[in-house]
Amino acid sequence: MSEIMLEFSDFGFQYNAQAEPTLEHINLTIRKGEKILIAGPSGCGKSTLAHCMNGLIPFSYRGTCTGSAKLCGREIRDLSLFEVAKTVGTVLQDSDGQFIGLTVAEDIAFALENDCVEGTEMHERVKEVAAQVGMDNHLFHAPNQLSGGQKQRIALAGIMVNDVQVFLFDEPLANLDPATGKAAIDLIDRLRDRTGAAVVIIEHRLEDVLYRNVDRIVLMNEGKILADLPPDELLSTNLLSQCGIREPLYLTAMRYAGVDITPEKHPSDIRSLRIDGTDCAKLRTWMHENPEKPAMDFSKVLMETHHVTFGYRPVHTVLKDINVAVKEGELLAIVGTNGAGKSTFSKVICGFETQQEGTITFDGVEDWQSLSIKERADHVGYVMQNPNQMISQNLIFDEVALGLRTRGVPEDAVRTRVENTLKVCGLWPFRSWPISALSFGQKKRVTIAAILVMRPKMIILDEPTAGQDYAHYTDIMEFLRELRENGITVVMITHDMHLMLEYADRSVVFSDGRVICDDTSAAVLTNRDVVRSANLKMTSLYELALLSGISDVKGFVQRFIDYERKECRS
Amino acid sequence: MRNLFNYVERNSLIHDLTGATKLICLLLWSFAAMCTYDTRFLVLLPILSLGLFLLSNIQLKDVSFMLGFTAVFMVLNNVLVFVFAPLHGVSLYGTSHILFALGGRYVVTQEQLFYHLNLVLKYLSTIPIVLLFVCTTNPSEFAASLNRIGVKYTIAYSVALALRYIPDIQREYHEISQAQQARGIEMSRKQSLFKRLKSAGTILIPLIMSSMDRIETISNAMELRGFGKNKKRTWYMGRPFRLLDFLAIAICVGLLVTALVLNYLNGSRFWNPFA
Repeated sequence: MSEIMLEFSDFGFQYNAQAEPTLEHINLTIRKGEKILIAGPSGCGKSTLAHCMNGLIPFSYRGTCTGSAKLCGREIRDLSLFEVAKTVGTVLQDSDGQFIGLTVAEDIAFALENDCVEGTEMHERVKEVAAQVGMDNHLFHAPNQLSGGQKQRIALAGIMVNDVQVFLFDEPLANLDPATGKAAIDLIDRLRDRTGAAVVIIEHRLEDVLYRNVDRIVLMNEGKILADLPPDELLSTNLLSQCGIREPLYLTAMRYAGVDITPEKHPSDIRSLRIDGTDCAKLRTWMHENPEKPAMDFSKVLMETHHVTFGYRPVHTVLKDINVAVKEGELLAIVGTNGAGKSTFSKVICGFETQQEGTITFDGVEDWQSLSIKERADHVGYVMQNPNQMISQNLIFDEVALGLRTRGVPEDAVRTRVENTLKVCGLWPFRSWPISALSFGQKKRVTIAAILVMRPKMIILDEPTAGQDYAHYTDIMEFLRELRENGITVVMITHDMHLMLEYADRSVVFSDGRVICDDTSAAVLTNRDVVRSANLKMTSLYELALLSGISDVKGFVQRFIDYERKECRS
Repeated sequence: MRNLFNYVERNSLIHDLTGATKLICLLLWSFAAMCTYDTRFLVLLPILSLGLFLLSNIQLKDVSFMLGFTAVFMVLNNVLVFVFAPLHGVSLYGTSHILFALGGRYVVTQEQLFYHLNLVLKYLSTIPIVLLFVCTTNPSEFAASLNRIGVKYTIAYSVALALRYIPDIQREYHEISQAQQARGIEMSRKQSLFKRLKSAGTILIPLIMSSMDRIETISNAMELRGFGKNKKRTWYMGRPFRLLDFLAIAICVGLLVTALVLNYLNGSRFWNPFA
């Protein structure tokens, strides 16, 4: 057995501001060279555990520790934050927020500067590490010239300069598109092979992390470790779904078809999955027994863009000849890489930006072009990604009422409309609460309610589920589906493939300012060319279908979606 | 506007000086220009700075906006001085050579005009050199320079951080204000001042809240990478002093000394041609 890096025994932690301990009875050992995935729903304590590993607890966040937490055999509380950071390097979730320097080189050099490393040596070390993460050609780029994936690689380089022995990744995939996320997991794997360091990944997107082998999955719930098992064994249990963690889609499909999942079948990776003839037959029978539901018919066009072209500067067009029709009552996903133009598209619709060419028509509105931002907002609502970017009032009621009050609606009418909206949004029980007491997901609901109260026919949501675990994700998405039942058309800008598959009636794929595909999500995610150019990932259901000898792959995926909607969400 | 610092990357002798040298020279130069009203000296400085501009390869269009901006200030400053103190020059120089009267207490004197000439020369002695500093100093190097002239590195670094985050916060402000406009918040002049203040709140509060999140992330990230560990730190963008740097500083020290000597010889800060 190799050297023990981190060792927690009967460890517990309680924040000073909290009434109950966030972590209890943690027993966990991490050795050199191991790769561990820590998974668990929001609020299970996995981020707190990460803070305990990198020294932010007890040195930055105050609270009470019980039991023992050792790094390389020494109690962490006897060290200092800086000593811990020399051994444990952390890549935070927010790859933009942790970018400290004005340029790539300065950011990588940050730890060296603080260690008083001299000029020449520092320049060489930065060059060397930048080359290891493939960023040596970007040394003097500013953060706003980099993509999310590149920023994350810089963050990684920034801790690699220290020769750390434990790499800690806090939700590394949260802000990345699927293909970039895959590349990140790949890079982490190569890093472990080369340095022999221990790697700890905290993430609830299990399937994406398991793209490269991990040694153990530590499953947390309510502040305790529920399981600490090799992936094959853990995935053969029902523990994940009990904790509200999404298991890989191909396993869900296998369970639907009644296939037993055992460690011998290597369920941790679709490429190593061993299924026998009986299993394949079960899958095929299941497909046969669950015919595809006829697609819902959305015929009435609500909003349509005709040859819309837009650029912030004349030479640099962000949108090129966009023709998209949004049908009344549908849930539409707009997908594509960062910078592909999907956010700009929504800004043009809302009137935040004005297109240079082309027109937009909206059903029942004459001359959409001439409407101001405020006038368009009566028809199309726009919800930003981070609810903190929209909330300005103390009380939920006032926040939701804001849009009506600025429009001069009489106060008694405001009251009834706000109350109705709060009921629709499931916020009625909280109506007199201060907003600061709400969870992130509830705040998101408040911002949606604040838009819905103006009775738009269509709402556009920017990354509605970013950073949410499966339970909150389901919560928000089911809510959006209910809205659709109430006749509201929902357009979502996202790169969450699960969202596309499970909820969107249709996906419009942007790439480099153009629409390259406009089809059902099942068709999009089984189309290799589209997947590649839009930085998406083939769904693992595709591979499962091939593995079990099903030729109508798209049909299989569609049936899976239909089955899920019917069985699990009604 | 991407950055507070309107850094223009060019190859020149001025760009080759370290940031610390330029900062020290700027301070010396400004002191020299501020401490004297000796017109002969004040004529020298703009000529010198014109020469430096030529050396630096910075073109007029790179600085035209700021030049225009300060020109307006300069004119305003002169007008106000004349309006409030039309005889200030007379009391300074102790003589009165009236050119013509404008009515009331307003008379135009040679002394007053001479004083205004000095004021204009002061602007011309300081503003171009500040612009030159801004255009030729890499913002990344600026924090390192502050630290080198003795400012604590934690404070110096906060300047670098501000430069790093200002573009982000500008963008976020823009996005938030668009989303709030869609909810009917108006910031236009049609609204009363009170309403506009209230409207500003609906944009600023979300901006502050999301900036708080940012601050927590950045301070964690900095601590985890050893910021504040030692009393000193090195700088990636810091450069060692070379001969040229010492030469530049020596020249600027010379300017300051000249200014002080002139003050001594003149017996006051003013050089008086009327005496």
